[in-house]
Amino acid sequence: MTRFSIFSLAKNAMTGHSKWPEYWRSPEPKPAYDVVIIGGGGHGLATAYYLAKVHKITNVAVIERGWLGGGNTGRNTTICRSNYLYDESAALYDHAMKLWEGLSTELNYNVMFSQRGVMMLAHNIHDMQVTRRTIHANRLNGVDNELLTPEQAKEFCPPLNISKDIRYPVMGAALQRRGGTARHDAVAWGYARGADSMGVDIIQNCEVTGIRVEQGRAVGVETSRGFIKAGRIGCVAAGHSSVVASMAGIQLPLESFPLQALVSEPVKPAFPCVVMSNTIHAYISQSDKGELVIGAGTDQFISYSQRGGMQIIEHTLEAILELFPMFSRMRMLRSWGGIVDVTPDRSPIIGKTPVENFFINCGWGTGGFKATPGSGHVFAHTLATGEPHPINAPFGLERFVNGRLIDEAAAAAVAH
Amino acid sequence: MLLISCPYCGPRAETEFRNGGEAGIVRPTRSAEMSDGEWANYVFTRTNPKGRFHERWCHVQGCGRWFTAVRDTVSDDFEGFHKVGEPVPENGR
Repeated sequence: MTRFSIFSLAKNAMTGHSKWPEYWRSPEPKPAYDVVIIGGGGHGLATAYYLAKVHKITNVAVIERGWLGGGNTGRNTTICRSNYLYDESAALYDHAMKLWEGLSTELNYNVMFSQRGVMMLAHNIHDMQVTRRTIHANRLNGVDNELLTPEQAKEFCPPLNISKDIRYPVMGAALQRRGGTARHDAVAWGYARGADSMGVDIIQNCEVTGIRVEQGRAVGVETSRGFIKAGRIGCVAAGHSSVVASMAGIQLPLESFPLQALVSEPVKPAFPCVVMSNTIHAYISQSDKGELVIGAGTDQFISYSQRGGMQIIEHTLEAILELFPMFSRMRMLRSWGGIVDVTPDRSPIIGKTPVENFFINCGWGTGGFKATPGSGHVFAHTLATGEPHPINAPFGLERFVNGRLIDEAAAAAVAH
Repeated sequence: MLLISCPYCGPRAETEFRNGGEAGIVRPTRSAEMSDGEWANYVFTRTNPKGRFHERWCHVQGCGRWFTAVRDTVSDDFEGFHKVGEPVPENGR
């Protein structure tokens, strides 16, 4: 792997940037691996990276049905934050936040992590009470979060409309200054490049068609390119987790919904931070390319169609325009959907399954991108040792049986 | 947006309806004798299929009645709509 530096940049400039090597190889699958990871999105690639880096397990394959980062990794709104209510979630997401903060250096790859601040708006008394409670809980967990008045919110984000005359006026806001955005596909590419350089095989255009289970123990995966034996299997298939797990005879507490996002035409820098409003459902930031990146909601019905209803987009844009009237003439360029696997308590499932050697990392629902580094880090530990890391121990499948739910659904009342 | 044919009122826009999730989940009658795992299975586990799916809808902004629809979750095409009590074609038929 060529390390990126001012010298390698200068050297390659001499040859017109025609001599840069490929980021990762495209190897033929070997007959057997110590660990096979199903799903080449951010979480799967991060898992492979930390398996090799932290646990020195390099006989690993990442099997991807399409191309790297072509699923939800390339379809999200790139928001990073860790101000979750419950202790278990705060530990998990702040673990990710700490890894984000050093990720570009760690990977020698610019993931364009930008801590521009994430501001979550409150529009009614209930919102204000929940916001205050969350801020106190965050501070007790060492997660930064502060309460702003509408005037302070406008000072932080000048386009914000804090008029008292709008239908849902802004009554206050919570600001996590460490929150922000990262370039989503760069995250996948950076982890892939790092994992590949340590010997991980990344196998694209290879669909898993079956999980071979013998006497309650997973022994390998059937793929469109033949059978691959595996010591352990990690399923990181996002919206298709139910489909893959059912190949091993496991039914999960998951439902898959289309979640939409859209971007505008690129314009000059006009929007300084990330603003989220759970109550009227608006999520907006501006990418470094200049596009407004807007997140909409999920459809109400299960679907794998990767597209959603127009009324969902309309609902979100109504909210955006009430909060930011200056965007009323912006033209939207593209909209798309990703399939998100949602758990009953809106917290992920990371851990063991009833089938030995078959592990799952799923249920990230509408908010998995922010957790990418932390998710990969703790899942690598789980795959390497066979036992969960203390951070993901509360996120096991057994919580749905023993009732110890981590109910972020009730905490935020909407998607994350 | 889906066009949904309420078996009582006829075709209407999706925004008139509320989705009720997977159909055919029967509340156990012997809950006192069930294990926690069996109970969790009833409350939380869903088939979440990629393909043919039986689901419940309620025409909240119309007649207010529940019915069953059969839909393909990849194409979102509806195969049929059935009143409560009517026979619904099983999976695989």
